[in-house]
Amino acid sequence: MSWVFWGLIFLVVGWVIWTYNGLVALQHQIQNAWKQLEVQLKRRYDLIPNLVESVKGYMSFEQETLEKVIEARSRAMASTGVKETAQAQSDLTQSLGRIFALMESYPELKSNENVLRLQEELTTTENRLAFARQYYNDLVMRFNLKQEVFPSNVVASFFRFRPSEFFNVPDDEKVVPRVNLTLPT
Amino acid sequence: MLLVAAFLAFFALCGLAIDFVYFGAFTSGGPPFPVAAPAALVGSGLIAAGAYRFGDRLLLRSLGAEPLDPVVPEHRELRNVVTEMALASGCPMPGIWVIYDPAPNAFATGRDERSAAVCATTGLLALLNREETQGVVAHEMAHIKNNDTLLMMLVAVLLGAVALLSDWAQRTAGALPRRRGARIKLVFALPALLLIAISPLVSRLLAMAVSRRREYLADACAAEFTRNPLGLAKALEKIRDAGLPFHRAPRGTAHLFFVDPLRRRMGEREGRLADWLATHPPIEHRIELLYRMAGIPRASQARPVDGVRESAK
Repeated sequence: MSWVFWGLIFLVVGWVIWTYNGLVALQHQIQNAWKQLEVQLKRRYDLIPNLVESVKGYMSFEQETLEKVIEARSRAMASTGVKETAQAQSDLTQSLGRIFALMESYPELKSNENVLRLQEELTTTENRLAFARQYYNDLVMRFNLKQEVFPSNVVASFFRFRPSEFFNVPDDEKVVPRVNLTLPT
Repeated sequence: MLLVAAFLAFFALCGLAIDFVYFGAFTSGGPPFPVAAPAALVGSGLIAAGAYRFGDRLLLRSLGAEPLDPVVPEHRELRNVVTEMALASGCPMPGIWVIYDPAPNAFATGRDERSAAVCATTGLLALLNREETQGVVAHEMAHIKNNDTLLMMLVAVLLGAVALLSDWAQRTAGALPRRRGARIKLVFALPALLLIAISPLVSRLLAMAVSRRREYLADACAAEFTRNPLGLAKALEKIRDAGLPFHRAPRGTAHLFFVDPLRRRMGEREGRLADWLATHPPIEHRIELLYRMAGIPRASQARPVDGVRESAK
């Protein structure tokens, strides 16, 4: 009888350790994913001056749009924390999206070798950002889920784990950016 | 692990058979202990260790893979796409290689996530657009993430060794020593030789059964990474329509690839025999599953699928 008892104790303790370690591992994975996300954000910041520089000559009358991008970039660079960064990034995404849409209406831009190269770089940067964010959010989802479902929530609440924050787009940013494509005559 | 154990056991058995047939061990006239069996065990252990440590480089070299050339736009695109998928899967950046060959195909190899490598043919890069390449690369990253690459690499290298041995055994089988005409010896020797002869088939069946389920899993994971099953589905459709066999791939490495490099008819049929013999699930079935993931049921029906099925009958 006592063997059964000790065996049960052993199993429970083993399970607690296993669950705790799983939670800690996820926490660190989330931190790592966040760092990856920051690397990609940095890459985006570095690329924007290049983009503005190469399209400036073609889009001289779009000064306002270009200035907006620069402004959004400096605001994003100054932001800290998950929520603020997410907000600033979605501003930047919006103004960048406007430039991409405008670039479509300048045929001479598309034939420029440098611009084509830049466009691939921009595409991959935006994709990398999206995928890094996706991975981060998936991890956060798994982490938060583990803290809420039974029985791992018992361990999580005992060791005072806190749910992580999603990197998400605020509701008011979900509107499609409006682009004026009428060319001045 | 099981695979390596089976590999070692197989070589030990072969060693015993050789002991028995050539040296006459376990009989009154033979040497007091087996000679070839320990030697075979040590040799196969060395091969297995080598396959583990150097298998990825061996494979890349034997397939003629070359590093990326950053001047070519398509290679830059591949590098970017691989980086994106590494981020999506949460793996470290794998090594990237290309094979200069018009047949569209790709594979991944490596011991673990950290030593992984992704390889694509130039034909694949030329045929597919960015979205589709992303699907294929995501499929390969899924293999890396699911730890399929180690198993597939070991299977490829060990299979090669077994095939070599069996070739050699089949060639020398006729020249058996017939000094002692004991009939009982033949009774024992025959099964052993048979084992040597059919072992490549058995190991290939194993590789095939394993790799087909992993292909479906990798397709599903690729859809999870890209959130876009249609990219991979379109890539598979384009590759199916291109229909170029990849002759440079040796038979033992077929299971490594994104689609069956030899484009054998067997691979396009579903059925009990086909299930046993093909290294890859039928392309049609893979496409259909991906369409279903995208919420478009049986969209592949709209394409001339029936023609393919009928010609395969």
